[in-house]
Amino acid sequence: MTKFEYAPAPESRAIVDIKSSYGLYIGGEFVDGKGGSFKSISPSTEEVLAEVTEATADDVDLAVKSARQAYDKVWSKLPGSERAKYLYRIARIMAERSREFAVLESLDNGKPIKESRDVDLPLVSQWFFYYAGWADKLGHAGLGPDPKALGVAGQVIPWNFPIMMLAWKIAPALAAGNTVVLKPAETTPLTALLFAEVCQQAELPPGVVNIITGAGATGQALVEHPDVDKVAFTGSTAVGKAIARSVAGTSKKVTLELGGKAANIVFDDAPLDQAVEGIVGGIFFNQGHVCCAGSRLLVQESVYDEVIDKLKQRMSTLRLGDPLDKNTDIGAINSAEQLARIKELSDVGDAEGAERWSAPCEIPDSGFWFAPTIFTGVTQAHRIAREEIFGPVLSILTFRTPAEAVEKANNTPYGLSAGVWTEKGSRILSMANQLRAGVVWANTFNKFDPASPFGGYKESGYGREGGRHGLAAYLQGASA
Amino acid sequence: MTGATASLRKTLGGLPGVDQVGLEARAAGLGTRSIKTTAKAWAIDLAISMVDLTTLEGADTPGKVRALANKAMRPDPTDPSCPSAAAVCVYPDMVKIAKDTLGDSGLHVASVATAFPSGRAALDIKLADTRDAVEAGADEIDMVIDRGAFLTGNYELVFDEIVATKEACARPDGSHAHLKVIFETGELQTYDNVRKASWLSMMAGADFIKTSTGKVQPAATLPVTLVMLEAVRDFRAETGRQVGVKPAGGIKTSKDAIKYLVMVNEIVGEDWLDPDWFRFGASSLLNDLLLQRQKIATGHYSGPDYVTLD
Repeated sequence: MTKFEYAPAPESRAIVDIKSSYGLYIGGEFVDGKGGSFKSISPSTEEVLAEVTEATADDVDLAVKSARQAYDKVWSKLPGSERAKYLYRIARIMAERSREFAVLESLDNGKPIKESRDVDLPLVSQWFFYYAGWADKLGHAGLGPDPKALGVAGQVIPWNFPIMMLAWKIAPALAAGNTVVLKPAETTPLTALLFAEVCQQAELPPGVVNIITGAGATGQALVEHPDVDKVAFTGSTAVGKAIARSVAGTSKKVTLELGGKAANIVFDDAPLDQAVEGIVGGIFFNQGHVCCAGSRLLVQESVYDEVIDKLKQRMSTLRLGDPLDKNTDIGAINSAEQLARIKELSDVGDAEGAERWSAPCEIPDSGFWFAPTIFTGVTQAHRIAREEIFGPVLSILTFRTPAEAVEKANNTPYGLSAGVWTEKGSRILSMANQLRAGVVWANTFNKFDPASPFGGYKESGYGREGGRHGLAAYLQGASA
Repeated sequence: MTGATASLRKTLGGLPGVDQVGLEARAAGLGTRSIKTTAKAWAIDLAISMVDLTTLEGADTPGKVRALANKAMRPDPTDPSCPSAAAVCVYPDMVKIAKDTLGDSGLHVASVATAFPSGRAALDIKLADTRDAVEAGADEIDMVIDRGAFLTGNYELVFDEIVATKEACARPDGSHAHLKVIFETGELQTYDNVRKASWLSMMAGADFIKTSTGKVQPAATLPVTLVMLEAVRDFRAETGRQVGVKPAGGIKTSKDAIKYLVMVNEIVGEDWLDPDWFRFGASSLLNDLLLQRQKIATGHYSGPDYVTLD
């Protein structure tokens, strides 16, 4: 029995009205699809939240046609200042309705309300505000005097940050003058469907944003559609490679934001308590369902014991449970399938001789859960040091010198992000120059800002999202 | 530089640095914990029992101190289930009045000493100040460090003064008054300095480390207290000796007090969730805690006339 027992503090779900079934959002209204339907469940309880339409190739075609028509007849003819008005309007509505979206996101995705409320939704609104500002200033972005939009963008987004990834995709596309067809992930379609209502509320011209739901086949039909000018995908490296193959030889522009196996490097002169926070935030934020997660911890051997002790102590205070409880730190794993993958790779860690330690926390009876876990004694020769687990599992390696840290950090097919922890400024700069990763965080981790470009090296993808670079990805002739 | 100073500098310089941004983010994050219903009721009672009810004014009189001591014993005279405060905190010349009023209630008398609040006096005067308070019956001495010496890097002087003050806390029967060491974190300014001052004081024998006098702004803050909590946690892990923490000044609402208790709970754990190991140096905080306590018991807010003003 603990002395200070926090009473349940659940956020009310009454704020959000979930319909029993949803159609496809095409041409500014919800329409029935020609195929079947599937269920979206809450991963924390396995409760069915809604029936969602599985879009067929014909439905996809209809959506692309709608986007094309809106592009030709309306959106491409509007001056940037008019597009900006719609984007500012969406940004304001997303800020006003953020609590509603946060609750729905936590229900459908399983992430803790404190993260959807304090991280995801504020960033969504910021992203729309930021790109709204660019819409009438494209000629000042350093991409030529009058850069032109590409046309119709087909966008496929993942389940880990459903509404945030939607904002990352839609805001720059619209600001640059494109229209979009967006497909959310099949396990987390609900906030995108609620966003369709926001488009209606903002009186966005019909067809500028179309949202179609479905699984892999729907996404494939979208990216392979001949009238799509731009493909933007965030998700697994395997699917990203398939997309790259399918668009090869076409005139489609592509940006891919794929997997990662980021090194989080802790030097012996680091601010250790904050580094431990950064390690925890780096891998356990969003249950580790983060492409840029700091999933490989590299600790300098001289502070190894101290760091591991502090890390275990800190992990013991993490609160796992009901995603809607305001005191929950660790929510549910998004799906049974993902849980199986995390368990499988963790078992591989055991089999390869790494030492597993999990935070002592009670696992609820229903839903999909995995306790925050670390593996010590991991080397570059372990699969759990190489493959993306995409769950709350940290592989811990050691190093002796900065050169060894760089060598190990870069020794991966991925290159999305990295973290460096040291109080020495010159070391931060030298490490940042040597690390082959799209983002290098210094004395922090998993920080995002709409003005800052984000994207990877090597098998982590290509193209950048965010900032001026993210705008270039949706404009002709400009290289991202 | 003497050998002792060099050695202290080396030891304190070897402490890991504090990243300001990360520290403040952690404190703010803990501040979002939602403490409701039963947890809130428990926390409010605990907070009341941790208050060092304080009056440190030039205008203090025996009447004022008697009133304060009565308030500390019976914070809510209408409700006998309300816990009493931990102690009353006064200037040395008021210790006897406070002691006589508290009688055998078990509440402690804490006295500031060592030329509080600036500490700008000769050592023998500071020690006389301390002995005077202990002889008058103080259970706890709240001393101030020499911030000037600390900021010039003269750690040895700060260390020696703490050791000397601790000796001055000794009573004839061999026991000694508990020594709280005040840093005046608003003058030390950086979190790195707060961490160094924490270790320096604990190594010199502090029983408690305390943020502020209440006479300098900013006084206690969540991030400053977080650094001190980390220090007492790490110090116990290294030496086995537990040291208490007292944020003082500027904590006015129940909401704030609960944030501190959440921080204690999650940074150092429940061993410190006890008036022996964590205190609030405050005056107006107590009445807000009482108002919240009445609200939980009755379901509605009463008003400032339903708590006593002393």
